Amino acid sequence: MTTVAWTSDEIMTVTASRSLCDGMSCFVGIGLPSTAANLARRTHAPGLWMIYESGTLGTVPDRLPLSIGDGSLADAADTVVPVPEVFNYWLQAGRIDVGFLGAAQLDRYANINTTVIGDYADPRVRLPGAGGAPEIAASCREVVVVMRHSRRAFVERVDFVTSVGHGSGPGDRERLGLRGAGPVRVITDLGVLEPDPRTRELVLTGVHPGVAADEVRAATGWDLAVAEGLEVTPEPTDAELSVLRSLTGAA
Amino acid sequence: MIVPLDEAVRELVHDGDTVALEGFTHLIPVAAGHEIIRQGLRDLTLVRMTPDIVYDQLIGAGCARKLVFSWGGNPGVGSLHRFRDAVTHGWPVPLEIEEHSHAGMANRYVAGASGLPFAILRGYAGTDLIGNNPNIRTITCPFSGQELAAVPAINPDVTVVHAQRADRDGNVQLWGITGVQKEAALAAERVLVTVEEVVDALDPVPGQVVLPARVLDRVSVAAGGAAPSYAHGYYERDNEAYRAWDAIGRDRGAFTAWLAELTATAPPPAGPAAPEPAGRGL
Repeated sequence: MTTVAWTSDEIMTVTASRSLCDGMSCFVGIGLPSTAANLARRTHAPGLWMIYESGTLGTVPDRLPLSIGDGSLADAADTVVPVPEVFNYWLQAGRIDVGFLGAAQLDRYANINTTVIGDYADPRVRLPGAGGAPEIAASCREVVVVMRHSRRAFVERVDFVTSVGHGSGPGDRERLGLRGAGPVRVITDLGVLEPDPRTRELVLTGVHPGVAADEVRAATGWDLAVAEGLEVTPEPTDAELSVLRSLTGAA
Repeated sequence: MIVPLDEAVRELVHDGDTVALEGFTHLIPVAAGHEIIRQGLRDLTLVRMTPDIVYDQLIGAGCARKLVFSWGGNPGVGSLHRFRDAVTHGWPVPLEIEEHSHAGMANRYVAGASGLPFAILRGYAGTDLIGNNPNIRTITCPFSGQELAAVPAINPDVTVVHAQRADRDGNVQLWGITGVQKEAALAAERVLVTVEEVVDALDPVPGQVVLPARVLDRVSVAAGGAAPSYAHGYYERDNEAYRAWDAIGRDRGAFTAWLAELTATAPPPAGPAAPEPAGRGL
């Protein structure tokens, strides 16, 4: 008899991996998104077509890369293309189903900040910046955001819009000419948020086992609405956990 | 054409130049960056899509006046603390920044290599990058009426890249993840390439990029010159060195000690490292 125990980071990664379907093309960022995508490919989505922005298309790395350009990604790719081609021919042309992004700050309309905390001209904290994210958020058919939940990260307004989620509400993406659907899901270590189809504001639609909706509201910097029929995330399976732990070395 | 690295840097890079040391995780011209630090160059405008630890070092050493970039971090580890210190505290000298997205920077190099004044892309719409960077504007397509982003070409005074090998005439061959190096080289006024080795003939490799000698100015042998990044077919990425940089970069004292050690050391010898690099070839 065993009790399957898991951490909040593990259920976040497992839930994120379940957002990916077999056969999808996925633009993968480093860190949590990369872990989730590699988990999906080793469990329920063996045909997941992973692209890293270094130009490795259709890569099946034998271990988790530390960077988006590790040699193992190039060795295991269907093809390696130059960086301008990744962004122009693959991303901009609309060939990618899902983009997986992280964020330092996220607001109620799922706009993403990875640039600065504080004022741009005199920042309190300087972050790495945009990278591929603005165009991933614009051009992938849909976007999934993975990040840990806290009041510091989930804010009323982001200090800097690095990548556009749903702007300031309905119609903004269309007005800006952004062709993808934008963030369809935000997965955290506490639960799952999704945009309200009418207002585009993020609503709590799911919590992980053992997490109360009020706990998530307390960790959110705006008055987070809770969906009727709030779901509880299915627990990670033994298979998911063992693959995840073999990837992260936490076995 | 093929000269020692210190001589090549002295000939091609000058105070105040706009310099792009490109490399997308792979083949980062670290040895050349270190030689720029050793020669004490100042007031450089440094350009790169993904400034990582060698740019952190150049910035911390006070070589740069301005950084043009799209993602400045220690890949898979975290922030660049010398970069952060320069932006937030002006240490050791103030650093002006001009910031883009990867798509914008890649297209700026393509325009530079193509002899065009600017590039167009679907990008930046709705972001705060636009309002904070006068080099991001919009343009209306004359055929469809669509509004698109416009960014100026990048034409560095000098582009520096690292490659696996060159032949004796200075033709250069690189493969694996080739990033934006071809565009960065063809966009530049002057080009320096460091290579792992010089060979008699460049045997074809799948997915290779060849830079003909006629578009290059100097080639220098720097075996291991991309470390702690990697050279596909020669050596692997030293992930531990990237992790270890975090503690050095975080602390001005630790960084200053690192810098003193670097500048007290002679540049790497031009000959091949002995013994033969492991895993050479394919």
